[in-house]
Amino acid sequence: MRNRLVSTLLVGLIAFPVFAQQAAPQQGTAPDNSAMEQRMRELEDRVIALEGQIRMLKAAQAPPSPSPAATPAETPAQAAAVPAETQAAALASTAQEPSLGGAGGSAAKALNPDISVIGDFIGALGGNSQQNTVSLQPIPAFQMHESEVGFQSIIDPYARGDFFISFGEEGVNLEEGYITFTALPAGFVAKVGKMRSAFGKVNTMHNHVLPWVERPLVSNNLVAGEDGIDDAGFSIERILPAPKGIFLEATGQLFRGDSGDVFHSSQRSDVSTVAHLRGYRDITESTNLDLGVSYARGHNDQGTDFLTHLYGVDASLRWKPLRRSIYHSFVGRSEFIWSDRQQLPTTQKAFGYYASADYQLGRRWFLGGRYDHSDRSHDAALTDKGGSVVLTYWPSEFSQLRGQYRFTHYANNIDANELFVQLIFSLGAHGAHPF
Amino acid sequence: MLNRSRFAVVLALVALGAFFLPNLAEAKKLNVVTATTDMAALAQEVGGDRIQVESIARGYQDPHFVEAKPSFLLKLRNADLLIVVGLQLEIGWLPPLINQSGNPKIQVGALGYLDASQFAEILDIPTGTVTRAMGDVHPLGNPHYWLDPDNGRRIARGIAGKLGDLDPPNTAYYQQRFQDFDKRLSTAEQKWEAEMKPFRGRKVVTYHNSFPNFAKHFGLNVIGYVEPRPGIPPTPSHTIELIGLMKRENCKVILVEPYFDLKTPQSIGRETGSQVVQYLPSVGGEKQVTDYFQLFDYNIDLLTKAFQATQ
Repeated sequence: MRNRLVSTLLVGLIAFPVFAQQAAPQQGTAPDNSAMEQRMRELEDRVIALEGQIRMLKAAQAPPSPSPAATPAETPAQAAAVPAETQAAALASTAQEPSLGGAGGSAAKALNPDISVIGDFIGALGGNSQQNTVSLQPIPAFQMHESEVGFQSIIDPYARGDFFISFGEEGVNLEEGYITFTALPAGFVAKVGKMRSAFGKVNTMHNHVLPWVERPLVSNNLVAGEDGIDDAGFSIERILPAPKGIFLEATGQLFRGDSGDVFHSSQRSDVSTVAHLRGYRDITESTNLDLGVSYARGHNDQGTDFLTHLYGVDASLRWKPLRRSIYHSFVGRSEFIWSDRQQLPTTQKAFGYYASADYQLGRRWFLGGRYDHSDRSHDAALTDKGGSVVLTYWPSEFSQLRGQYRFTHYANNIDANELFVQLIFSLGAHGAHPF
Repeated sequence: MLNRSRFAVVLALVALGAFFLPNLAEAKKLNVVTATTDMAALAQEVGGDRIQVESIARGYQDPHFVEAKPSFLLKLRNADLLIVVGLQLEIGWLPPLINQSGNPKIQVGALGYLDASQFAEILDIPTGTVTRAMGDVHPLGNPHYWLDPDNGRRIARGIAGKLGDLDPPNTAYYQQRFQDFDKRLSTAEQKWEAEMKPFRGRKVVTYHNSFPNFAKHFGLNVIGYVEPRPGIPPTPSHTIELIGLMKRENCKVILVEPYFDLKTPQSIGRETGSQVVQYLPSVGGEKQVTDYFQLFDYNIDLLTKAFQATQ
């Protein structure tokens, strides 16, 4: 109906100059060329304005809000350029949209969320005789490691929703599913649902945005491995006042208290908390420094009376020359994590860190390395160490092929030399990730 | 007694507010943030001294691949108006910035969010099925639309309208600024068209498909691209095909955006005897190009020289 209306208007506008040309000689006045050109230009502008309206209606992802910016007829300048009938018709057609409610057709499809699937295939070569534990899980020869399905959309003028459902070869896991309130007063941004917590850097990242095939030893040993601190609850963050040029942001999170082998909730009051303070500064337009401190507290699998405290410090130095940003870049990153786990007979105080560097050699090639060192949370006397070299090739923005050689010296004197090959491929519209 | 003192405090605060607020409101400029420098330049034309405008991307940077740095959040959190190019040009970096900004005024659909593509003539809108086999194609049309002065006029008119909506007391000022811009643009257009007229119909190759609106306006013929498909780096087989095409079509000018590597275009240039011209898609691509008029002055000067040299 809406499209038909707009089409009729377009035909009307195109036909108008023809009639005008025919009518002019009858009136006996020769058309002045420059006036004619001006008239043509105005008509062209009107057609383009209408095309813009159609485009915005087609592209509309959000339900109409009380003051949609996507209706150009509302601006006085546009109003002056568009005849009253056209405005009325356009407004009427916009006004009709909500009355479609629940009807099929393209209007309903326009409000579908962005849907994406990201495939993560891993192949492994070499030996690793390390026993499987909760946190140390050697990778099998071939594995369709994860298929992450994303649904993302604006919910209403006040919030957006993001769901990431992770399909393994055998099971399904809600990796994240949360609502973000983007229109809160006083600059607050809140999230409610299940989410990766803001503890450090790696914990916040989905598998497909990691620069490695797997996660550092310190993540596996102290912060619940691949899933990390990923729990249901709510989060609130705000940018804090800071000296000019410094970005300072505080995040506070409260969760149910279940995250892998780190936190375990035996009763409702066994909630866990995470706090993160981030400071960021552009050193030059190409180089920036990103620092963070994190704290997490929760009850562990020993019972309600046993707590685990985690402390983290993260630092990232990035370089990307703007004129050649698609060809060269560098990211140096490190995270230091301390775990204080109450258990019988004695509290275990473990420490671990990783340091990594990734350099973009050319538009499609990235070379990186990582050093790992981490005690184990349940027995801090056991320390695993390792190192990796990673080479990544991006055929396009939507796929990447990665090879990683990893050497690990496990605490129980087992050495493992492994070669991983990973293929990541992306279908559909996957929303951009925060920096 | 307590209630009376409370009442007195409230009264004093209200009186203070009434005294200071109008002055503050008078002094306050609209804070405009734009995704690209071109939108900032057009906003500045119509906003004059009543707005403070800042762009996120720089003019010499590929606008598809801007990093969503937290420092941009410091700009966005205080913005009254965010102007985006739209057509998914900024899809890879702007949405998380908007979400994290904590600023309800600039959220998508709010009064302070303006997608400038709605005002412009958009080319290359795909008609059939769109797939990624076509490269990083924009399903809603080519987002490099500001390189047509007529679109510049239309966008400026749209921005003037939006500024008037956000700042009603200054509506007449913004409209007056637009009328003035319109006049200066019409005069400049006559000059540009006269300069480009001898070269109408000339064939060019561009690195990325960022030139269709400019080419249409000035009657140039873009016959191919250094990229085999949008966003896909040059491949040897495509480069050989392109060299053959340029020789057959007698195309002697290759236009390259400042953020692309010149190696492949220069080797094509050597093979075909063509000139490689590093043109500017955006204001600020070079230091001396500081406004919308200078963007066209700069590019037209480069193009006319290249066309003359390859007659």
